[in-house]
Amino acid sequence: MNINLTLLGQAITFGIFIWFTMKFVWPPIMQAISERQKTIADGLAAAQQGQESLQQAHKAANDELSIARKKASEVIDGANKRAEQMISAAQEKAQAEGQRLLLQAQAQIAQDMQQAREKLQREIAQIAIAGAQQLLERSVDEKAQQELIDKFAQGI
Amino acid sequence: MSSANAPLTSTEYIQHHLSHLTWGEGFWSINIDSMIIALTVGLVFILGFHYAARKATSGVPGKWQCLVEMVVGFVDTQVRDSFHGNNTWLAPLALTIFVWVFLMNFIDLLPVDLLPVVAQAAGANYFRAVPTADINVTLGMSLTVFCIIIFSNFHAKGAKGFAKDVANHPFGPKLMPFNIVMRFVEELAKPTSLALRLFGNLYAGELIFILIAALVPWMFQWTLGAVWAIFHILVITLQAFIFMMLTIVYISMAHEHH
Repeated sequence: MNINLTLLGQAITFGIFIWFTMKFVWPPIMQAISERQKTIADGLAAAQQGQESLQQAHKAANDELSIARKKASEVIDGANKRAEQMISAAQEKAQAEGQRLLLQAQAQIAQDMQQAREKLQREIAQIAIAGAQQLLERSVDEKAQQELIDKFAQGI
Repeated sequence: MSSANAPLTSTEYIQHHLSHLTWGEGFWSINIDSMIIALTVGLVFILGFHYAARKATSGVPGKWQCLVEMVVGFVDTQVRDSFHGNNTWLAPLALTIFVWVFLMNFIDLLPVDLLPVVAQAAGANYFRAVPTADINVTLGMSLTVFCIIIFSNFHAKGAKGFAKDVANHPFGPKLMPFNIVMRFVEELAKPTSLALRLFGNLYAGELIFILIAALVPWMFQWTLGAVWAIFHILVITLQAFIFMMLTIVYISMAHEHH
């Protein structure tokens, strides 16, 4: 356990090692560490930002969707209403047309009946005249008789 | 086992293992074994860390860089916690102490006969492998720390401020001679306690390994040896940490103004 030159040798070596560490070991490692810390911090911040913008995008998409849904339902409602309107208009039109056709047919029928009646009247008058002529077998004042027959025929 | 090729008694074995490989006479001699191992592990530290520093990337680090960064970050935290000045040199100093002392202590965990047998094969009769179990090594390191403490005192306070500090504390200006003596003892106690604490722990650790190897029958050596070695993992780390921590504390004390 003698004290000898080893002591000085060790002290000098130690000094040199300290200098070397200070000069060539410590600074680059610390720099790398702090740079990585910055990188990680930036990355975390970016991730946070990404999360936030994702949430915003979700919210915006939801808003858009609900607006679109509302619009779609409005469009469907409008279409339904329009369809109902069209159907009822068509119904009204069809009814009116049917009414018109009915009236026309009735008018036609009435006219036909009138004509047939007039024709019948005339035929009956002639038959009556002929019948009366044969019945009486003599000529009477044809004119007076005709008036009589007409009056009669009108009565039918 | 060295006892295989040269029949030694236990006492001779122990003495053999406690002798340095020395070159020179008296004070002007040098313990070659301590210096070789200290320089080797020191260069392993310096070059290994320098390699990591050169390849250091702020991107994804390799495993070696991660380890180095963990150690550096650990030391940096310790320095930041206890020293609030400009630490461009204190943190590297602390890193050097921690890693170098740890590596020198680590030699203690190698089998006690391994390096001596290798040395014997190379022609050296004696070889004490653990540098920090050599009082010269620990005193040499604490001498450097002592110089740095004195330098820090001058640097932080100036020559006048330092002289005032020495003369007026802790008892006030009226008891100036006592103050100076107290300060002298205090400053000398710092490196001495640093050196002796590390030396004592490692010397005792090494001695116990040697005793186990010398006195316990070989088939039972692993029981005591394993227990002591596992415990010693804690001791060598703790001693390296204590040496570093006390150095930081002493230097921050030197920077403080009373």
